Amino acid sequence: MKYVDEFRDPLAARALLREIAGATERLGATPERPLQIMEVCGGHTHSIFRYALKDLIPPALEFVHGPGCPVCVLPMGRVDDCVAIAHQPGVIFTTFGDAMRVPGSKGSLLQARADGADVRMVYSPLDALELAAAHPEREVVFFALGFETTMPSTAMTVLEAERRGIANFSLFCNHITIVPTIKAILDSPGVTIDGFLGPGHVAMVSGTAPFEFIAAEYGRPLVISGFEPTDILQSLLMVLRQLESGHATVENQYARLVDPGGNAAALEAIARVFELREFFEWRGLGSIDHSGVRVREAYAAYDAERRFVVPGARIADPKSCQCGEVLKGAIKPPQCKVFGTACTPQTPLGALMVSSEGACAAYYQFARREPVIPISCPQAAHAPPPPEGIEVPGEAGSPREAVA
Amino acid sequence: MTTKDAWSGKRVSLAHGAGGRAMRELITGLIAPAFDNGWLAPLEDQARFPYDEVPVGASLAFTTDSYVVSPLSFAGGDIGTLAVCGTVNDLAVGGAVPRWLSCGLIIEEGLPFDTLRAVLQSMARCAREAGVAIVTGDTKVVERGAADGLFINTAGIGTIPAGRRTGAREVRAGDRVIVNGELGDHGVAVLAARNDMALEIPVRSDCAPLNGLIEAMFAAAPRLRWLRDCTRGGLATVANEFAAESRLQLRLDEASLPVADAVRGACEVLGLDALYLANEGKVAAVVAPEDCDAVLAAMREHPLGRRAAVVGEVLGGGHPGLVTLRSAFGGERVVDLLHGDQLPRIC
Repeated sequence: MKYVDEFRDPLAARALLREIAGATERLGATPERPLQIMEVCGGHTHSIFRYALKDLIPPALEFVHGPGCPVCVLPMGRVDDCVAIAHQPGVIFTTFGDAMRVPGSKGSLLQARADGADVRMVYSPLDALELAAAHPEREVVFFALGFETTMPSTAMTVLEAERRGIANFSLFCNHITIVPTIKAILDSPGVTIDGFLGPGHVAMVSGTAPFEFIAAEYGRPLVISGFEPTDILQSLLMVLRQLESGHATVENQYARLVDPGGNAAALEAIARVFELREFFEWRGLGSIDHSGVRVREAYAAYDAERRFVVPGARIADPKSCQCGEVLKGAIKPPQCKVFGTACTPQTPLGALMVSSEGACAAYYQFARREPVIPISCPQAAHAPPPPEGIEVPGEAGSPREAVA
Repeated sequence: MTTKDAWSGKRVSLAHGAGGRAMRELITGLIAPAFDNGWLAPLEDQARFPYDEVPVGASLAFTTDSYVVSPLSFAGGDIGTLAVCGTVNDLAVGGAVPRWLSCGLIIEEGLPFDTLRAVLQSMARCAREAGVAIVTGDTKVVERGAADGLFINTAGIGTIPAGRRTGAREVRAGDRVIVNGELGDHGVAVLAARNDMALEIPVRSDCAPLNGLIEAMFAAAPRLRWLRDCTRGGLATVANEFAAESRLQLRLDEASLPVADAVRGACEVLGLDALYLANEGKVAAVVAPEDCDAVLAAMREHPLGRRAAVVGEVLGGGHPGLVTLRSAFGGERVVDLLHGDQLPRIC
């Protein structure tokens, strides 16, 4: 398939892996003291697991799965608000598919639907607007969530609703912005992240400028990365090369989509409709200043938070949850006390088990009983190709195996 | 093709399920003629068979399935093709020769007779193709809102020739896993037919009766180990059933999985995984390594097996009950059961 297969070419991947192994070795990283590279975006986490990339990189290199899954970091109180709105008479509550299963303190939207609320899955906020146009007697609410990636389409939908004079449409705004959260992580004590893979789709909208401070102020390399396996490997190599050079900067690997200046039309729509909130709460990380947006006063008519009475309760994360530590790279998902026992994708306690992009869900889904086979990666010199057939590594494997 | 008759343009009413004249007209005028066969013709409360219909030494196989799909028709099929093919395939993967089907209709008041007739014609066509007869049935009409247009239940009886034995106990380490063609067509065709996204996806459901293909496979290798049709939950789910029930590890090979480009494209756009998408004309077979080539050749001779491929292997040792997928890069990951439906990812 064109524009996909080129970026999943095993030969290209092998060449990149060879160079990654060389750079890692030259940097003096060891499995005991691995280099930690955070992939900020949930889409990257998904690719890393789907293509088992973390098995292919040297054991002295470690992916830290960042906070970039908007579904995962949604606090339970906000889900409760969704459920409350969905149950109001006359409401059609519309949402992206993977937000359906996110648990609030009183169940998910999927459960609300079973309980009689009219909850519908849409693929775009414009679909929700069409529903509003088709059902003028109903109140159609769109559950707006996501980073700068999805913000423009929500903003454009509000502008479109205004243009068409559709008054029975509103959005429950949970859009968040990633930059303050990366800063919060970098500011927290004990963080040892050596470099970042930057979120390609966010940067497509925002441009590269918002990420400059990571290199300039914190001296960490950041490479804006695409989402295909060779994109991720190439970006990883670019981060390592920066580390080798000793000079941190922001680079753009995803140049086929990301304009360094961002998307002006999208940014304008966002600026017209949204303004920064003073703070927004993130599941697993707590309240972070200026990390969310709300609908501006001028578009108050389209703001579900103003149109409906919502409980607005803050629900604390369960005490046993260690999502925050996973997000900061302090522990790996399987090291969490409740991973795979009290907290599973069927009954998620913590944010990161909620969506398939969440690091814990990805571990559980793709790697729970790993590694099944020693990976035959010629680049990982310390892990020689396995004999044909199956062999399970011993319990006292490398630290990487011991935590997984 | 549209048929013009006394039913055209009219809708089913509660009277058509009330047991009186209207129901009799529906059965004798529309349903029985569509299924036309000697077992059904007497219109008794049951179909009757002489014992000698079952060959000496054979066993009987009996199955039932209910069919609910929205919308009722989609590219490549409708609820009628599903109702016949699904039950035929459930019999065939047990090594049975499907023989007789029942047909229970639960119709929502207001369903156009044109829709009902089209579904009945689909059922009749698939039954002919599969060589089965629809020999008994039942019709209920429920109030508007109590059903989604039309629900169908079919039960089926088949005969398993003497000596055929398939199941978890037959599977051995080293066995190969074969599928008869491209995965996920049905799931994507139904998604596309729902029309709630502005995507035109050129995919038709693979819905088809598999009994002919499966007979050809048995002819090539009478000791097929195990067969399942990959319906809801796709190959990933069947592979997990294979692994769990045989208590062996099963490893799929990503590069060998047949998936049509249009389905791959839809999965990329929507964030879905073809391994978990539904099929209605796909069988996964576990075969002994020495039978593999013969079975594959026989499948590729059959119109429903042209794209048959070996997609995985049963492993000894390793992790019993686990399904893994080896990626084209050499990495390996677990392929787990899903909790519920696949939900599209937002980013």
